[in-house]
Amino acid sequence: MKHPFAITLDSGSSLANLTGSWRTDRPVYVDRLPPCNHACPAGENIQAWLYHAESGDYESAWRALTQDNPMPAVMGRVCYQPCETACNRAKVDDAVGINSVERFLGDEAIKRGWRLTPPKAETGKRILVVGAGPSGLSAAYHLRRLGHTVVIYEAGPVAGGMMRFGIPKYRLPRDVLDAEIQHILDLGVELKVNSKVENIRDTMKAGGFDAAFLAVGAHIAKRANIPAGAAAKILDAVQVLRSMEGQEKPLFGRRVVVYGGGNTALDVARTAKRMGATEAIIVYRRTRERMPAHDFEVEEALEEGVMMRWLSTIKRMDEGVLTVEKMVLDDKGFPQPTGEFETLEADSLVLALGQDVDLSLLDGVPGLELKGGVAQVDTNMMTGYAGIFAGGDMVPSERTVTVGIGHGKKAARHIDAWLRGAVYAPPEKHELADFDKLNVWYYADASKTVRPTLDMARRKSTFEEVQKGLDESNALYEARRCLSCGNCFECDNCYGVCPDNAVIKLGPGNRFQFNYDYCKGCWLCEAECPCGAIKMVPETI
Amino acid sequence: MLKQTEGSHATAEAIALCRPEVICAYPITPQTHIVEGLGEMVRLGQLKNCEFINVESEFAALSVAIGASAAGARAYTATASQGLLFMAEAVYNASGLGLPIVMTLGNRAIGAPINIWNDHSDAMSMRDAGWLQLFAESNQDSIDLHIQAFRIAEELSVPVMVCMDGFLLTHASERVDIPEQAQVDAFLPRYEPRQVLDPGEPVSIGAMVGPDAFTEVRFLQHYKQTLALHLIPELAAEFSGRFGRNTGGLLRTYFADDAEMLVVAMGSINGTIKDTIDEMRADGFSIGLVNIVSFRPFPTEALRRLLAGRKHVVVVEKSFAVGMGGQLANNVDLALRNTPAAPQVHSVIAGLGGRSITRTSLHRVFRRAVAQPWEGAHFLDLNEDIIGKELHHVRKVRRSGPTAENLLRRLDQAAQHAAAE
Amino acid sequence: MTDPTATATANQKLHFYQKGTFTVGNRLVPDTERSVQASIDRSNALTCGHRACQGCGEALGARYAMDAAMRATGGNLIAVNATGCLEVFTTPYPETSWQMPWLHSLFGNAAAVATGVAAAMQVKGRKEVRTIAQGGDGGTTDIGFGCLSGMFERNDDVLYICYDNEGYMNTGVQRSSATPPTARTATTPAMGPEPGNVFGTGKSVPKIAVAHGIPYVATATVADLHDLERKVMKAMGIHGARYIQIHVPCPLGWGSASHDTIRLARLAVECGMFPVFEAEHGIVTSSRKIRRPVPVAEYLKPQRRFAHLFKDGGDSQRLGHLQAIADRNIVEYKLLEPEEEAG
Repeated sequence: MKHPFAITLDSGSSLANLTGSWRTDRPVYVDRLPPCNHACPAGENIQAWLYHAESGDYESAWRALTQDNPMPAVMGRVCYQPCETACNRAKVDDAVGINSVERFLGDEAIKRGWRLTPPKAETGKRILVVGAGPSGLSAAYHLRRLGHTVVIYEAGPVAGGMMRFGIPKYRLPRDVLDAEIQHILDLGVELKVNSKVENIRDTMKAGGFDAAFLAVGAHIAKRANIPAGAAAKILDAVQVLRSMEGQEKPLFGRRVVVYGGGNTALDVARTAKRMGATEAIIVYRRTRERMPAHDFEVEEALEEGVMMRWLSTIKRMDEGVLTVEKMVLDDKGFPQPTGEFETLEADSLVLALGQDVDLSLLDGVPGLELKGGVAQVDTNMMTGYAGIFAGGDMVPSERTVTVGIGHGKKAARHIDAWLRGAVYAPPEKHELADFDKLNVWYYADASKTVRPTLDMARRKSTFEEVQKGLDESNALYEARRCLSCGNCFECDNCYGVCPDNAVIKLGPGNRFQFNYDYCKGCWLCEAECPCGAIKMVPETI
Repeated sequence: MLKQTEGSHATAEAIALCRPEVICAYPITPQTHIVEGLGEMVRLGQLKNCEFINVESEFAALSVAIGASAAGARAYTATASQGLLFMAEAVYNASGLGLPIVMTLGNRAIGAPINIWNDHSDAMSMRDAGWLQLFAESNQDSIDLHIQAFRIAEELSVPVMVCMDGFLLTHASERVDIPEQAQVDAFLPRYEPRQVLDPGEPVSIGAMVGPDAFTEVRFLQHYKQTLALHLIPELAAEFSGRFGRNTGGLLRTYFADDAEMLVVAMGSINGTIKDTIDEMRADGFSIGLVNIVSFRPFPTEALRRLLAGRKHVVVVEKSFAVGMGGQLANNVDLALRNTPAAPQVHSVIAGLGGRSITRTSLHRVFRRAVAQPWEGAHFLDLNEDIIGKELHHVRKVRRSGPTAENLLRRLDQAAQHAAAE
Repeated sequence: MTDPTATATANQKLHFYQKGTFTVGNRLVPDTERSVQASIDRSNALTCGHRACQGCGEALGARYAMDAAMRATGGNLIAVNATGCLEVFTTPYPETSWQMPWLHSLFGNAAAVATGVAAAMQVKGRKEVRTIAQGGDGGTTDIGFGCLSGMFERNDDVLYICYDNEGYMNTGVQRSSATPPTARTATTPAMGPEPGNVFGTGKSVPKIAVAHGIPYVATATVADLHDLERKVMKAMGIHGARYIQIHVPCPLGWGSASHDTIRLARLAVECGMFPVFEAEHGIVTSSRKIRRPVPVAEYLKPQRRFAHLFKDGGDSQRLGHLQAIADRNIVEYKLLEPEEEAG
């Protein structure tokens, strides 16, 4: 239509006016590191697998998860959840139940028979892994996925290490553990049980191994020098928990005292209750706040009737009776003796004072440094002897399953690089997605799903699993509570809130693009991005 | 069809024959009967396919018409006096947007003092608003000019105001010839807008135009009116051929060929003037008439041709620009600008606020133009006694009160005085 | 009185964050349930290149509303615009940002012009083509109020949308009858014993619209797109006179940061100053509940037009008066009561 001059204009002709020239700051899309991922000792890309779980695609979620950790069903039970401690959602209502979803995915995989992805090609390299605990299994898995031939030497009769001999059944049912170990073995990892490595260099030479990863764990109980009468019954925690896996169960008597403040102490006390002890008392020299054990475990133990005796040290044991000295905390929080003594009736005393590593297999290896009862490794997890790597409880670290699994992954990557004469360079870490980068208005209020627990009567008398898992609907709900901190989840907010229509939507999976021809740099997209995936940077003229 | 009827109703019938699609009605004397008539016709189904909207003000009336016209409907409204002023902003807007709205103006004085009777102050207040302004001499003229108005408006895409004197025409019952629908349909085709709001072809109408193009927009608006100077006579001729009546195009003349004095006037007063001319010519006075039909566009060229070489031009008008003089006289002066041997122009202001213009007074003033020519404007039948007293009073008393009230009081006193004598 | 926070929390239904939450889009929801603004082929009735200030709430609100109406009518829509910022920044010759038929006539007559457009569509037999009038609060609550009331009273088939930024921003931030008490404008300067706009003035045009008994009246804000779109769509499903007032913060006039536009719109609702509700045929039928109650000060403080309230230790008396206004809204519109069940 030929229309009147000036007063009538053609539709959409303002596209000729490039308002981008007004801008002094430009928005850019960024990916930031979610705090859960950042906190995970196993290096899981938690947000990525939750993203799949949110849409109900649990197999993809499991596959994303197992890129980093082959044992989600185990991890979903025994991990102390540093991810949830770090979770930004905790500042809104409660942390996302990452651990519950992880367990759900692991259990789904077992239930549905999903198989781990086998390697694409074989490298022909042979790697020796010593120890079939979490660290060794993890390393074996990752090395195998990289195409290497892996043989695990395990001193014990079955694989699992501390997952089997240190963690009671009521926390980790053995069928779950066995299933996830089997997933790894199914990839073609060879497991040699009852095969203690006496000398690492000999074994490597004999087996034609190109490299070794040592993860023998810490299985030797620390002893305390407690004067004891002849009839005093003193056991150690490692021995007690290990014998739970065998035919001959330990004999505690009716009244059991456990000495120590770690998780192992609690495991023993709770085990004793289940074995029929009428009294299980934990004696610890400091206070509950200073206990190394995780609070939820303390809570569960108390629920089950385990008793606690804080600020106490055991001075002596005679038949049926313990002498205990009361302690006080000094200014620095250390316990100091008071000289006040009491007695405590006890049929047995279990020492849960920590564990040492049997480092004898390293005898005579040149360049190896041992310090504080553990092997020293460099940042690449390699010992002073080229080609021998180590991880898990036998190197300086926090001794948890999750850390062990993380060590296995990390060592595998370095071993792989070392075999190729290269150095593994981890990808650069993104900036952390702090809570203040988020706009949490956009998330609906949704409290955490509380996992069901076994009823108390059965908790006290059986070894059934205490914590139950989520079902499909509440696992989905829990996954959807994820805020996707630092990474675009295609919520369309930037596309919607731009007053200048300067955001181009690229379609599902492709995120967005700024149209700098028109973006005036008002910062609205940055302010209204729920997950902090937009950053403003000054324009350079 | 010949019939004896009121001017407003005859006008309403003519408008109905033009098949308006949206009619906006708001009451103001003296145009009210026109929209009432149209409202009845819509209710009775005599005027089909028409939205009759009772709005809340004249401003809304014209605004509704603007919307309707921009959306492609033939839109009509009517107003007068204060109503025209209340819609003033929209009056300019309609022409600025080039919307072919037709509006009847039942000419009436503007207050204060409030006055419902006829003069041309209202039309003159909007003379520069970009509308065409056509003045009817009679109710037959009103009928014929309205029919032409829609055609002119739509051909040029410009709004047209048809002016008919309040009461003198709107309320006068005369014999008129109402055309047949088929005749009107043949003369006035369907409305084909130059620009229209249509989702199928979206445009933005009513842009903000800055210094870079505003002058050109105005020039083009003016250019349309110069086109109207040709179109109006052409259509008048076509109308005459179809309907057998001549509305004169831009202007009509009466004994103008040989007259030494030409009177210039607009609207219904031309009837009285023609009677006066008959009488004066009978007395041997060389006088004729130019009846201006199109005040906007102003027929400058045609007037110049007619007026050049005459001895006297007397402009009789029912409006007055306070502090300046008669608007029509000023426009006539302009038409004669730089004319060799320009006639003497005499300005007469008459009939304000409905005052009767008598033949006697016209006789006197036409003769006086020759005998005692005056400077500036001459107010016909001005009561100089009252003016004198009021001026004396105002000079004496600082807070003298409203002049109009004082004048009314003085008139009253004078009447009582006369009655007592 | 019970703890308002607890009530507000109880008011909220548990939604999964992708579904029913507050982001514009949602990858997990079917296309048909997503917002218009999330759509890759939304009409962008108001497109790029317009000259609104950075972070303009009105530009945003207008696109939200028009795109929703375009969706609702299948593009059979005509808009009439009152004079004001929206008109000026979208259509300076030689460019227009509108991608729909659009008409600007005057400041005070948008409602009447729209009546004319609707009448034309009726008479032309194009009943599928619907009409929207839009303007700022000045063009609506003040100068355009007569025409607006007339359009309401006749129940003309027009949806009138008022973009309420609480003042005459186009002319340089003067007071309108929608300017809140204490706000500084160029004609209510922050001077003298009672700086800013005075208490006891102004009017609620939404309430006045309700009093006309027209089929549909609603308020909405740019901070709640889903609510806004739902209301526009609902309005377009109704014939007769309809009115929606959309709260659109103005960085220039309010003295706020451009990135705070949506946050301020949100806080206005959450503190109770801008009640979001809808009414049908003269009766208020629902209100949008407060989700995270905040004191009015939290809404006022980021705006320089209220800066005088926070100087020298704060004007607690007048802040208290403003809080009382918000509290009255909370009671009147039941903003902290449990959500009504969807019908």
